[in-house]
Amino acid sequence: MSDSGPLLTLITFLPLLGMCAILFIPSRQKEWIKIVSLIFTLPSLVLGIKMLIEFDPQVGYQFIEKAPWIPAFNIHYYMGVDGLSVPMVFLTVLLCPICVLASWGIEDRIKGYCAMFLLLETGMLGVFCALDLFLFYVFWELMLLPMYFLIGIWGGPRKEYAAIKFFLYTLFGSVFLLLAVIAIWLATSPHSFDMTQLNEQLLQSGVGATFRNLCFLAMYVAFAVKIPAFPFHTWLPDAHVEAPTAISVILAGILLKMGTYGILRVSYPIFPDSAKWFAPVMVMIALINIVYGSLCAMAQTDLKKLVAYSSIAHMGYVMLGMASFTPAAMNGAVFQMFNHGTITAMLFLLVGVIYDRAHHRDIDGFGGLAAQTPIYAGITSLAFFAALGLPGLSGFISEALVFLGAFPTWPIITILSTSGIVLTAGYMLWTFQRIFLGPLNEKYRTLPEINARELVTLVPLAIIVLFLGIYPAPMLNIFDHAVRELLNRIL
Amino acid sequence: MHSVVEICLIILFLPLISSTALIFFNKRLPRGGDLLATACIGIPFCLAWYVFYRVIAVGHDPQFLITGAMQWFTIGPGNAGWGFHIDNLTAVMLVVVTTVSFCVHVYSIGYMRGEDYYGRYFSYLSLFSFSMLLLVLCDNLLLLYVSWELVGLSSYLLIGFFFRKHSAADACKKAFITTRVGDVGMFIGLLMIYRQTHTFNYIEVFRGVQEAVQSGAWSETTWTIAGILLFCGAIGKSAQFPLHVWLPDAMEGPTPVSALIHAATMVAAGVYLVGRLYPLFSPDALLFIAYTGLITAFFAATIAITQFDIKRVLAYSTISQLGYMMTALGVGGFAAGLCHLMTHAAFKSLLFLCSGSVIHAAHTQDMREMGSLHKKMPVTFWTMLIGAAAISGVPLFSGFYSKDAILASALGFGMEHPNHRIIFIGLLIGAGITGFYMFRLIFMTFFRAPADDHRYRHAHESPRIMTGPLVVLAILSAGAGWFALGEHGWFERLVVPYSVGTAGVAPAAVEADGHSAHNIAMILSIVMAGAGILISAVFYYWKTCSAERWAKALGPIYRLVYNKYYIDELYKKTAVGGTLIAMRILAVFDRVVIDGLVNFSAYFVRAWSYISGAFDLHVVDGAVNGLAWGTRLVGTISTLFQSGVVQNYIMKVVAIVAFILLFQNILTTFL
Repeated sequence: MSDSGPLLTLITFLPLLGMCAILFIPSRQKEWIKIVSLIFTLPSLVLGIKMLIEFDPQVGYQFIEKAPWIPAFNIHYYMGVDGLSVPMVFLTVLLCPICVLASWGIEDRIKGYCAMFLLLETGMLGVFCALDLFLFYVFWELMLLPMYFLIGIWGGPRKEYAAIKFFLYTLFGSVFLLLAVIAIWLATSPHSFDMTQLNEQLLQSGVGATFRNLCFLAMYVAFAVKIPAFPFHTWLPDAHVEAPTAISVILAGILLKMGTYGILRVSYPIFPDSAKWFAPVMVMIALINIVYGSLCAMAQTDLKKLVAYSSIAHMGYVMLGMASFTPAAMNGAVFQMFNHGTITAMLFLLVGVIYDRAHHRDIDGFGGLAAQTPIYAGITSLAFFAALGLPGLSGFISEALVFLGAFPTWPIITILSTSGIVLTAGYMLWTFQRIFLGPLNEKYRTLPEINARELVTLVPLAIIVLFLGIYPAPMLNIFDHAVRELLNRIL
Repeated sequence: MHSVVEICLIILFLPLISSTALIFFNKRLPRGGDLLATACIGIPFCLAWYVFYRVIAVGHDPQFLITGAMQWFTIGPGNAGWGFHIDNLTAVMLVVVTTVSFCVHVYSIGYMRGEDYYGRYFSYLSLFSFSMLLLVLCDNLLLLYVSWELVGLSSYLLIGFFFRKHSAADACKKAFITTRVGDVGMFIGLLMIYRQTHTFNYIEVFRGVQEAVQSGAWSETTWTIAGILLFCGAIGKSAQFPLHVWLPDAMEGPTPVSALIHAATMVAAGVYLVGRLYPLFSPDALLFIAYTGLITAFFAATIAITQFDIKRVLAYSTISQLGYMMTALGVGGFAAGLCHLMTHAAFKSLLFLCSGSVIHAAHTQDMREMGSLHKKMPVTFWTMLIGAAAISGVPLFSGFYSKDAILASALGFGMEHPNHRIIFIGLLIGAGITGFYMFRLIFMTFFRAPADDHRYRHAHESPRIMTGPLVVLAILSAGAGWFALGEHGWFERLVVPYSVGTAGVAPAAVEADGHSAHNIAMILSIVMAGAGILISAVFYYWKTCSAERWAKALGPIYRLVYNKYYIDELYKKTAVGGTLIAMRILAVFDRVVIDGLVNFSAYFVRAWSYISGAFDLHVVDGAVNGLAWGTRLVGTISTLFQSGVVQNYIMKVVAIVAFILLFQNILTTFL
C-alpha cells in the first residue's frame, strides 16, 4: 500500500497550499480568488476518489505515512485510513468544492473567507486521517480557529454571539480531550500517542478501570459537544442560523461527524470496556436526541433552525447505533454519518437558495412556491423525503440498519426511538406544505427559479442519495470489515 | 417457468421507466407523455394476463411457486435481498393491479385533459403502478416495507396533486402521516421477526417463526404481538379503524386516483399483507384482525348512509368493504377475503370512475345538487348500476359471490365458536346497510328530479375514452365472481395460505361447514341486501318516507354519525394537539432552561471575572500601590532630615546622643 505515495498528505495539505496561493492574489480579483480556491479543492476530490477506488476493505489501516515529528515526546506524523475514515474523508473532499461553489455570492472580504475555508478543509481532513493522538488533537484544534472567524465575520446579525458561543463551547470540550490525551500519554510506558497501539499499551501498564472510565468520560464530553449530544447541543442552532450557507453545510455535514467519528476512532478502541460501561447512558442520550430534537425541530419557524434541530435528531440515530454493539447497528451508524452528511448538506444548500432570493427564512412567510419554482420544489422534496427516511433514498437504509441492529440490544429504547420516524415525517411534510403547497403567496410571483450554479451544487448530492438508497452495498462494503474489527475489540 | 420471472421483470420496470422519463421530459414528449405512460402499463397489463393464464389456467397447481433473488446488502447476521415470490396469489394480484391501472390510465387521458401538470400526473401514476407491482411481487419483508412506503409516497403525491388547494395540501400530509403511524407498528413487528429469524425472506421467516413457536423461544403472546404489530401496517394502509381518518380526506385527489389507489389497489394492500403473511398470525392475532375488520365494516357503513358528497360515500363504503375482507381473513375465510379483494377492485374502481364521470358532467360532488342524470348519461348510469348491484350483493354479480363466501366463513366460524357469533350478525347487518347506501347514491344521483336546472341542462355523457374503461370494468364487475369463485370454486382451491407443512403454525382456519352454512348465509345475505335496497327506494325513489324528517327525529344519533363519530376532532384534540403542546413546551425548555444554563454559565464567568477584576484593581493592585505609597511617605519624611547643612547634622547628632544618654540614665535609675 505504500507505493501510492504520500496520498493522505497530499489530500490533506493541498488545500493549505491553495490558501498560500490565495494570499498572493490581490483582494480586488474576487473572481480569481474564488476560482483558485475551487481549483485547489478539486485535486483533493480527485485523490479522494482514487483512495476510494484503491482502498481494500479487507485490510486494516492503509496509505500509512509515519515519520517522527517530536521524538522527545514520541510524537509522530502518523497518517492512515481504515474503513471508518474513508467515507468521512470522501465526504469532506466531496462537500468542500460544493461549498466553494455555494459561496460564490459572497463579495465581502472574499480573500480572507477563501483562505479560512481552505485552512478549515486541511484541519478537517487531518482529523480524519490522523492516527497519532497528538496529531489528532492538533488538527482538532486547527479547525476551530477558521470556523470561529468564518462564523464571526461572514455570519448573520448575531454572528459575534454565535461565534463566541461555538468557540467557547468547543474549547470547553477540547480541554477535557487534552486532559485525557495527557493522562493517556503519562499512563503509557514508554509514553506513546499511537492510537493503534494505545489499548494494548494501557493494558500492559495496568491502569485501573476508574482511570479508563474517567478518560473515556472526559473524551466523551469533547466529542458530545461536537455531535452535538443533549444537553451540549444549544450552540448548534445559533451557529447554524448565523453562519453563511456554505459554513452551515460544513458544520452539519462534517463537523458534527467528528464527534461520532472521534468516539469510534479514539474512545472505543482505546477504552473498549468503558464503551460498554457507558453504553446505557449513551443510548438514553440517543433517545433524547431523537425525540427531543424532532419535537424542537417541529416547533421552529426559522427554516434553518428547523434543519439544525433535525440534525440533532438524526445524529441521535448514529448514537443509538454506536451504543448497540451489533454489526448491523454499527454499520448503520457509520452509514448514517455519511448519509446525514449528504442529506443535511442538501437541506442547508436549499435553505441558502431560498434565503438568497426571499431574504428571510420564516417558514410561514412563503406558501405555494411549488407553482412558481417547480424544480426547486422537486429537489427540496427529494431532500425532505430523504431526511424522513423514505425507502429508495439513502437515509432509509442507514436508519433501518440502526433499528435492526439496536433492537436486540435495547428493545424498549429502540421502540421508543421509532416514534422519531413519525415525528420526522410530521415536521418535514408540515414544513413542505407551508412553503410549497397551497395558493401562491402573491409576494413571490416573480421569485426566480433555482439557477445552474446552485443545481451543480445539489445534483451530485442528490445522485449519491438516490444511488446509495437503491444500491448501498458498495458503501457498506467499505466499512463493514472495520466495523466488525472494532466490535471484536469491544465484545 | 424461468420466463415468468423475466416477464415479471418487464411488468415491474416498464412503469418505472415511464415514470422516470415523464418526470424529466414530460414537456418535451408529445401530449405530455400520456401515451407513453399508458403504453408502459398496457404492455404489463397484457403480460400479467398472460402470466395469469400460464400460471392459473394452464398450471392450476395450488403449490405453484417461483422465486428468484439476488443479494441487496448485508445486515449483521443476515442479508437483505431483491427477489420475486410468484405464486397464484401474486398472479391474481398482478392481474388486478395492471387491469385497474390500465383502465385508470386510459380514463385519465379524458378526465385530466387540460389540467396543469398533466405530464407529471401520469408520471406519478406510473410511479404508483411500479410501487404497487413491487409490493405484490417482492419476496421479503424488507422489500415489502420499501414498496409499502413507496405506494404511500405516490399516494401523497397524487392526493396533493391539486396542491394549490389548502384542503388537498392538508389531505396529502394527513394521509402520509396517519399511515406512517401504522407503518411504525409494522416496522417494530419486522424488527421482532428479524431478531428471531435473521432473515426477511417470506418462506424462511415462516419457517423461522414456526420453529420459534414450537421450540418455545417465542411464547404464544409474543407470536400474537408480532402479528398484531405487522397488522398495524395494514390498519394504516387499509384505513381500518382507528386509523381510517385519512381515506375520506384523500378524496381531494383526482377521481381516477381515488379509483386506482384509494379503492382498488393500495388500500387493499393491507388485505394482501394479511393474506401473504398468513402463517405469521397466531389464532389470537387473527381474532384481533377479525374484530378490527368487523368494527370497521360496520361503523364505516353507518357513516356512508349520512354523507352527501358522492366520493365520500364511496370512500366510507371502501373502508367498510376492506373491513369485510379483513374479517374474512381473520375468521379463516382466506380465499373468500382475497376473492372479495379482487371483485371489490373491479366494482369499486368502476364506481369511482363512474362518480368521476358524473362529477365531470355535473361539476359538483354534492349528490343533493344532482338528479335525473340517467337520461343524460346512459353509459355512466348503466355501468354504475352494475357496480352498485355488485357491491350490494345482488345475485349473479361478482360481489354476491365473494360477499356470500365471507358471510359463510363468518357463519362457520360462529358455529364453531359460539362466542363469536356477533361477527356474522354484524357483517349481515352491514350487508343490508351496504345495499341501502349504495342505492341511495344511485337514486339521488340519477333519478330524483333535477335539483339544479342549470347543472342538469349542461350535463352530458363523458367522451368514449372515459366510458370505454367503464364498460370493461362493468363487464369484470358483473362476471368476475363466476369464474373466480362461483360453482367450480377453483379460486378457493388455488389461492391457499402458504403452508409451512406442519400443523403448528398453520392458523386455526375454520373451513365453513360445507353446504349448510353456505346456503344459510346465501339466503340471509340476499334477504338483507334486498331489504336494504328496498328501504332506500322507499326513502329516495318513491319518497314514501322523508329522509330529512327521519334525520331530524334521530337528532343526536344522526349528528354523531354525520360528523363521523367526531373521531377527527378527537385526534385533533389529543394526538395532534398533544404533539403540538409537547413541541412548544420542549422548544421553550430548550431555549430557556438548557440554553439558559449555557448563557448563565457565561454570565457567571463574566460576573466572576468582573469581581476578580475589581478585587485585582482595588485589593491586589491596591496593596502594591499602597506599599509604594507607604515607601514614598517614609521617603518624604526621611528627606526632612536630609538638609545637607553640616551644622544641622552636628546638632541632630548632639541631640540624639543627649537623648540616648538621658534615656540610659532614666533606665539605670529605675532598674
